[in-house]
Amino acid sequence: MRRSLAVLLGIIGGMLAGAAFLRRQAAQRERADLYFEDGSMLSLTNGSPGADRLLPLAREILGKARGT
Amino acid sequence: MLWAVMDVQQALSDLTEISSQIQAAVVFDGQGQVSGSTLTDPGRAAGLVRVAAELLSAAEGLRSGSSALTQMEVATSEGSVFVVRDGDTSLVATTGGNPTVGLVFYDLKSALRSIKAKPAPARKPAARKKAAATPKKKTAARKTSTRKKPDAP
Repeated sequence: MRRSLAVLLGIIGGMLAGAAFLRRQAAQRERADLYFEDGSMLSLTNGSPGADRLLPLAREILGKARGT
Repeated sequence: MLWAVMDVQQALSDLTEISSQIQAAVVFDGQGQVSGSTLTDPGRAAGLVRVAAELLSAAEGLRSGSSALTQMEVATSEGSVFVVRDGDTSLVATTGGNPTVGLVFYDLKSALRSIKAKPAPARKPAARKKAAATPKKKTAARKTSTRKKPDAP
């Protein structure tokens, strides 16, 4: 009984950890990559001041493209 | 003008046919004028371009250097927005999540290049003036003289 409870708790804990990991990964995937004429590139990840301006605009474009 | 718009529409329909990842694409100029769109509603295309122009100016403001922004990708959890620019003409496109970034950029740049490469309707060259323009070669008139033999009677 005690053993099966431990196994169940382990499974639930693993699932929660996996969900948190996936959520974190998805949040990190949100980014903006800017390419300039001189060959330089600027990559802004979610949370940086530049990306905070660009990501809402991109979401608005996606919404308009899908008609939502 | 109508001819140019039709060319842009053709380029965009070719683009969406080639790249299944691209969901919507709109071509616009520096003044925010829509040149062509895959969206059926012109009002929605104009609204999208307005936000895309805002996105471009916000992105350009992030860098202090003089080098111009040529292309960008903004990836969100809902999908990605791509913008490629060539001079005054820009192409904004949307995709779903996790697109093949290099391939999408390649297809967008090819489409933009094909739009830019469309030549203006050729003008007929001015008719050449035939006689007046080409100088004539002067040929010395031959003198025909009848020689007499010195020993002739």
